[in-house]
Amino acid sequence: MAEVKQAARPLSPHLQIYRWSWTMAMSIAHRVTGVALYGGSLLVAMWLVAAASGPGPFETAQAIAGSWLGRLVLFGYSFVLLHHMMGGLRHFVWDLGKGYDPQTRMNLARYSVVASGGLTLLIWLIAFTAR
Amino acid sequence: MLSNSTMRTPLSRVRGLGSAKSGTGHFWLQRLTAVANAILVIAFLGVVVSLFGRSHLQAVALLSHPLVAILMLLFTVSAAVHMRIGMQVIIEDYVHHEGLKIAAVMANTFFAIAVGGACVFAILKLSFGG
Repeated sequence: MAEVKQAARPLSPHLQIYRWSWTMAMSIAHRVTGVALYGGSLLVAMWLVAAASGPGPFETAQAIAGSWLGRLVLFGYSFVLLHHMMGGLRHFVWDLGKGYDPQTRMNLARYSVVASGGLTLLIWLIAFTAR
Repeated sequence: MLSNSTMRTPLSRVRGLGSAKSGTGHFWLQRLTAVANAILVIAFLGVVVSLFGRSHLQAVALLSHPLVAILMLLFTVSAAVHMRIGMQVIIEDYVHHEGLKIAAVMANTFFAIAVGGACVFAILKLSFGG
């Protein structure tokens, strides 16, 4: 590869010069949550394999999940999963050719954060009141 | 079309496969698995969250229920496919060294199949016992 030459013309601006906006943050969050879920899938697989391995390994897995760090990771995983799902639903709206005007874009970004947070709390609330 | 605004042959346009030879297959599979995931994820999270703090006996009882096992199988397979192509896009965006990129995409495929395969095996073993 040739060495990088200093261009005399104006270059396209880089990411860091833009003012943060909801839509930009949510777009980045969609990719970041996707990567986080990629890692989380390993934990899901380990948990299922532990369950299939017998009571001993499963009790160990449950003890790790029940520790304060485990609870934090599990709650975080459920939120990230629902956040990514809401981001995906937003993409479906755009795939249908709708929701491109500034106000709708902004609302979609805001509501998907609120909805994913609310849904996470709802699922955990149901899980703990139903038992 | 008799327009000469494109250099592409009519056959190439009909096939719609473009330079990557796979057309919009990648995009479409990402959307297809996304639809499946959006539906299945609620059942999946419900199972995982309701098994928090439960014993092995309770976990086996729930996970070996046919309806639960089928939903878990569908979700883990669909999610593995979805995350594989999603991560591939990220690798192709950020890894510019050709050899490294091929290795990363390959490792990504192995990871997705290993995780998906482990989940499928575990769920089936829980269902069929042994």
